[in-house]
Amino acid sequence: MFPTPIEKQSAGAQVAYKTLLPVALLMWLAPLLAVALFSIKPDTDFTNANYWGLPSSFEFAHNYGQVFFNSDMPRYLLNSFLITVPTVIGAVALSAMGGFALGIYKFRANLWIFFMFVAGNFVPFQILMVPVRDLTLGLGLYNTKTGLVLFHIAFQTGFCTLFMRNFIRSLPYELIEAARVEGVAEWRIFWYVVLPLMKPALAALSVLIFTFIWNDYFWAVVLTQGPESQPVTAGITSFNAQFRAAYHLMSAGSIVAALPPVAMFFLMQKHFIAGLTLGAVK
Amino acid sequence: MSVTPTTPTETRSWYYRNQQAITPWLFLAPGILFFAVYVIVPIFQSFSISLYEWDGLGTAEYVGLRNYEDLYWEFVDRDAFFVSLKNNVIWLVMYLLAIPAGLFIALFLNQTVTGIRLYKSLFFFPFVISQVVVGLVFSWFYDPTFGLLNSFLGVFGLGPVNVLGNENLVTYGIIFAGLWPQTAYCMILYLTGLNAVDPEQIEAGRLDNAKGLKMLWYIILPQLRPATFIAFVVTIIGALRSFDLISIMTGGGPFGSSRVLAYYMFEVALSEYGFRMGYGAAIAVVLFVIMMGFIAYFLWSMYREEKGAH
Repeated sequence: MFPTPIEKQSAGAQVAYKTLLPVALLMWLAPLLAVALFSIKPDTDFTNANYWGLPSSFEFAHNYGQVFFNSDMPRYLLNSFLITVPTVIGAVALSAMGGFALGIYKFRANLWIFFMFVAGNFVPFQILMVPVRDLTLGLGLYNTKTGLVLFHIAFQTGFCTLFMRNFIRSLPYELIEAARVEGVAEWRIFWYVVLPLMKPALAALSVLIFTFIWNDYFWAVVLTQGPESQPVTAGITSFNAQFRAAYHLMSAGSIVAALPPVAMFFLMQKHFIAGLTLGAVK
Repeated sequence: MSVTPTTPTETRSWYYRNQQAITPWLFLAPGILFFAVYVIVPIFQSFSISLYEWDGLGTAEYVGLRNYEDLYWEFVDRDAFFVSLKNNVIWLVMYLLAIPAGLFIALFLNQTVTGIRLYKSLFFFPFVISQVVVGLVFSWFYDPTFGLLNSFLGVFGLGPVNVLGNENLVTYGIIFAGLWPQTAYCMILYLTGLNAVDPEQIEAGRLDNAKGLKMLWYIILPQLRPATFIAFVVTIIGALRSFDLISIMTGGGPFGSSRVLAYYMFEVALSEYGFRMGYGAAIAVVLFVIMMGFIAYFLWSMYREEKGAH
C-alpha cells in the first residue's frame, strides 16, 4: 500500500493524521456547510447581518415548509423524476442491446460503430443545440418532458453503449459458445445468458445516468420553459427569482434540488463508484 | 451424450440460418437510429446552418463563410469571440489542476483508519451535486457582503474582494468552483487506481530504498496510468463543456468577461440578445473543431489498446 500505512508510523504522526482528517473535511465541505447553515436560519438573521453566528432561532421546518408548500418546487421535482426515470430505462435498454451486439459479434463495422458512439459522447452540446431544438419544435415536443427524454436517451446511449460493450467483453466468451452448441437462439442467449450476468453493469449505469440527467441544466434550458415541464435544475433559477434576496429560502431550495442524486449516491455507492471508475484499473 | 438434429437444414428459416450475421444489426438498430437522429445528423446540420443567416423562424439566407469572417474580425478586434476563446484556454489549463489535486487527496485518504470509508464518500460527494447548485453555493461563497471567503479574509484584515464582479478575477473564480467537483472525480479515480497497485512492486521499491516522491514518481504513477488517462479525458471534456457554472454565477459578465465559447454560442443563438442561429452554429463549429482534436487523440489511444487486446 502506498503511502505507507499510518499504523506503521510514529504515535505522533498517527495523532496528527487523525486530527487533520476532520479539519480537512470541514474545509473541503465549507461552502456547502455554509448553505446548510443558511437554510435553517430565520429571515431576521440576514437583515441583522448575523450571517455566521448561531441561528437566532431554528427555522428548519419553516424554511423547508416554504419550499415544499409555497413554491413551484414540488412541481419541478416531480418533473425531474418524470424526465430522469424514463431516460434511465430507455438508455440502459438501448445500450444493453447495443453493447451485446458490439461485445459478442465479430463483423467488419463493429469497431467503427463503437467509435461512433464513443466520439459522439464527447461532442460539445452546442453543436447539437440548434438542430435538436429545431427537430424538437418540428415534432411538436418543445417544452414537453417527452422531448427532453427522447434527446437524453439518444445522447446517453453513446456513453452507455461504451460501458456495456466493455463489460460484456469481460464476460467469459465460452458461455456464449456453449449456449450456441446447445442450439440456443441468439436473442435467447442475450435474454437468458448475458443479461443476468450484466446486473452489476445495469445497476452502475442506472445510478450514473440518474445523476447525470437529474443534474442536466443545458438541455433543460434549451428544450423547456416554465414550471409545467422544466426540471429542478432549471426551475431553481425561477425559484430564486421568486425569493430574491431571501437567502434562507434559496439555500433550502438548493439543498432540496441537490438531494435526490446525493441520496442515490449514498444508497448505491458501490455501484456508483464501480461505474465511474470503469477502466481506471487494468 | 448424443446430439439430435431437431430440424433438417433445408426447412430452417432464412433468419435461422443467418442469425449470427443478422442479430447484431437487429440489436444495434434502435440505438443507432436514436443516436443518428439526435447526435450524428445534427452535427452535419450545424455545419450547414453556420453558412446561413437565420433567426430560427423565417427563411434562412445563404451567406457563405460570412459568419466565420465576422468571427475572425471579432478575434482580431479582441471582441467577444476573442475573450471567449481566451477564457476557454484558461479553463483548459487551470482545470487540469484537478488531476494533481485529486491525486494529492487520494494519497491523503488512502489509509485504513476507522471511518475512512465515510471520509472518502464525503470528500467525493461534491461531484454528485448538480453544477447549478455548485454555482449557487460558490456565488454565495464569493459574495462581498456575507460570503465565507470575505469573512475569512476579514480575519486577516484583508478584502473584501468581489471576485465575480472583477473582470480579471471572475474566470478564475468560476474555475475554482468547477475544480471542486472535478477534483473529487479525479480523487475517486486515483483511489480506485491506488487500490490496485501491486504491493510486491512497492516492497521491491522499498528494498531499493525508494521513498516518498521517488517511489511515487517511478513506481506508483506508472501503475496509475489508466486512471490518469481517464482523469485527463474527463477533465478536458469538462473544461470545454463549462456552461452551467458561468450561466448561474455570472451570466457571462461582468461586461462579458467570463464568457467561454459554449456560453457565447448560447447567448448569440438563444437569448434576449437575439436569435442568430447561423452565427451561433459557426461558434459551435469552432468549439467542435477544438474538441475534435482531443477526441481524435482519445480515440487513437483507445484504438491502440484495442489492437493490443486482440
